[in-house]
Amino acid sequence: MSIITMEKDEKIYTLALFSRNKAGILNRVTAVFSRIKLNIDSLNVSETESSGVFRYSIKVHTTEKLIRRITKQLEKQVDVIKAVFSTDEYIVQQEIAMYKIPTSVMLDHIKTEQIIRDHNARILTMHREYTIIEKTGHKHETQDLFDALEPYGILEFVRSGPISISKLKTEFPDLKYGSKH
Amino acid sequence: MFKAENNTIKQIVNKNWQQIDNEVQSEQAVKMLGAEAIIKSLLAEEVDIMFGYPGGAIMPTYDIIHQQQENIKHVLVRHEQGAVLAAQGYARASGKVGVCIATSGPGATNLITGIADAQIDSTPLVCITGQVHRDLLGTDAFQETDIIDISMPITKWNYKVTEAAEIPKVIARAFYIAKSGRPGPVLIDITKNAQMDYLNFSYKKCQHFNSYLPEPTPSLFSIKEAASLINNAQRPLVVFGQGVILGNAESEFKNFLDKSGVPAAATIMGISAIDNSHENHVGVLGMHGNYAPNLLTNECDVLIAIGMRFDDRVTGTLDTYAKQAKIIHLEIDQSEIDKNVTTDVAVVGNVKYTLPQITQRIVSSDYSSWYQRFKELDKQEFDAVIKEDLRPTKKEMTMPEVVELVNELTQQQAIVVTDVGQHQMAACRYSKFKNSRSMITSGGLGTMGFCVPAAMGAKLAKPDAIVVGIVGDGGVQMNIQELGTIMQSEIDVKIIILNNQFLGMVRQWQELYFDKRYASTEITSPDYQKLSEAYGIASVKVCRREDLKKAMQTMFNHNGAYVLEVMVGQENNVFPMISPGCSVSDMRLK
Repeated sequence: MSIITMEKDEKIYTLALFSRNKAGILNRVTAVFSRIKLNIDSLNVSETESSGVFRYSIKVHTTEKLIRRITKQLEKQVDVIKAVFSTDEYIVQQEIAMYKIPTSVMLDHIKTEQIIRDHNARILTMHREYTIIEKTGHKHETQDLFDALEPYGILEFVRSGPISISKLKTEFPDLKYGSKH
Repeated sequence: MFKAENNTIKQIVNKNWQQIDNEVQSEQAVKMLGAEAIIKSLLAEEVDIMFGYPGGAIMPTYDIIHQQQENIKHVLVRHEQGAVLAAQGYARASGKVGVCIATSGPGATNLITGIADAQIDSTPLVCITGQVHRDLLGTDAFQETDIIDISMPITKWNYKVTEAAEIPKVIARAFYIAKSGRPGPVLIDITKNAQMDYLNFSYKKCQHFNSYLPEPTPSLFSIKEAASLINNAQRPLVVFGQGVILGNAESEFKNFLDKSGVPAAATIMGISAIDNSHENHVGVLGMHGNYAPNLLTNECDVLIAIGMRFDDRVTGTLDTYAKQAKIIHLEIDQSEIDKNVTTDVAVVGNVKYTLPQITQRIVSSDYSSWYQRFKELDKQEFDAVIKEDLRPTKKEMTMPEVVELVNELTQQQAIVVTDVGQHQMAACRYSKFKNSRSMITSGGLGTMGFCVPAAMGAKLAKPDAIVVGIVGDGGVQMNIQELGTIMQSEIDVKIIILNNQFLGMVRQWQELYFDKRYASTEITSPDYQKLSEAYGIASVKVCRREDLKKAMQTMFNHNGAYVLEVMVGQENNVFPMISPGCSVSDMRLK
């Protein structure tokens, strides 16, 4: 598993971006990053509490100077309603991971049951051939479960990017020069 | 820290979202073809001229253009790049939205350079492209290209229309977005079925687009802060750009200068924002601008940037740019604030509204000793550069003396359209303007081939003005096919080719930074007189200084297009110059 390496002055930022539901907006959003050859570490798009409005949770590691510029360039897009960035301390975030392991492992190794209990994971489905386990949490937590199960053989593993929500009662911290609305 | 109002997405969106999306569903709908709806929509936006080139996927619309030729003029160009650059020239000279139209595939991709140029120079354009039938999208159909994705990073907005019913609403939005706020190009890609299907047409201009705020409201606090900084300044300097012109704020800008007495220098995009003989005008900024305003950028105590974006060709290296000064930035586009230069006071909004509020809060001051610094440096520039540029002791002609003759013979009333390179710098340094929107140049993108088509567009926007294209022997050959458009549409542009038989600006850099290794910069030209003659355009070539004035007078007296070729010194350089990566303080005079 690759761990993101960060340069000095870089930090992990989470962008919350709200846009209209229009084909092609994702490209406009990602182009702001690809233009400066900045990797998006993870991205999740979902409809918000308002129908027709989509929320993008985007994680990047970069400098504060760049994240400020990027946020403004994103918000400048005609179809983007709002873009704000924050660091981890201001958001609650969660990821989901799924692990497919051979059912024989579950039957043969009594310890696997203990692992699942210890990690507060749950079994989603059991099949004669395989068992699917689900775990939600921060990346290091889903990673810990991965590491614990790996010696017994993992058939397949998938992890979502984090989704995040602000710790503030109001949705948007004020931008430096007032906001778009 | 948090805004009290509008702070949930629901609150933002609920503001009339439904109503806005349905606003075009008004009473008197008329059944018509999509293609007709396109043209009717353009007419509703008061479009009277468009530049374009027909082809398969746009043919239904051309059929209507043919029917509507009494109401809307279509200029047939010779290459789609000519269409988009002509639309730019039109938009820049008139202040209206320029419109161009092309077919799918190669027609659409040929627009790309001009769209990129319009994006970086904030020119309002609506580009309409035909697209293959909706059912053929994604099948690699004949002349199918995904122009929406190709143009995405270089358009302010774009949209693929696949249903006839979408046409009026999308075109209304396109015009609104193109011209509002910081203007820019919009591309509308319309599938062939949308052009050929029927819809119930009614048109309502777009006034608002949720999620888009073209003009942020300036904060009164920032205006007061800006005024206070200016009032306490000893050596203030205004640097102004095209924002003054785009905001139609020329008179507000003049009032500000008149009252404040602050010296003001232009970016090349802002040159014609004020009468160049205005007493506060201290010249042009940038790599080849004037000596005094560049050097004194690093001596001023307050730098007031008005509608400009601190391009690297203006600032040189940012590490040593105006570090001693407090920076005030008046700008409509929030994303420009702190992008290159960190501001002390940002006044975000249209300068047409922010400038008067600052003007009313400032007191006039006497900056005569500060102006004295400009005069001293002007004198150095005159002695080292300008004297020889304008009154050469050498036999060969210089670009500046040709430009100065244009000033003289047109009484500074001409619209000057340039290409890109040495002649562009000569035109920016030495052209003098009385009227706004009379310097049209490719500033941001530096698009060679810009001059000839943009000059056509400018002339069609301002039929009573003298339009002079100043172009090099490289740039003229990049869109020379547009002589055919000038011929067919009888466009009275005066084109001055400053021929130094080199790609001069690149050659100058090779001389200065690549030990005179002239890699691929020697360029030969066709016989422009024969070529012009073939197109039925009058032309003359001047090789001797003594023939120049008479030849230029003949050109200006000629009724119709004219090509004047002037042979200038082969290896003349443009000075002064800020070497790439250097500071504005290190501008060299030779």
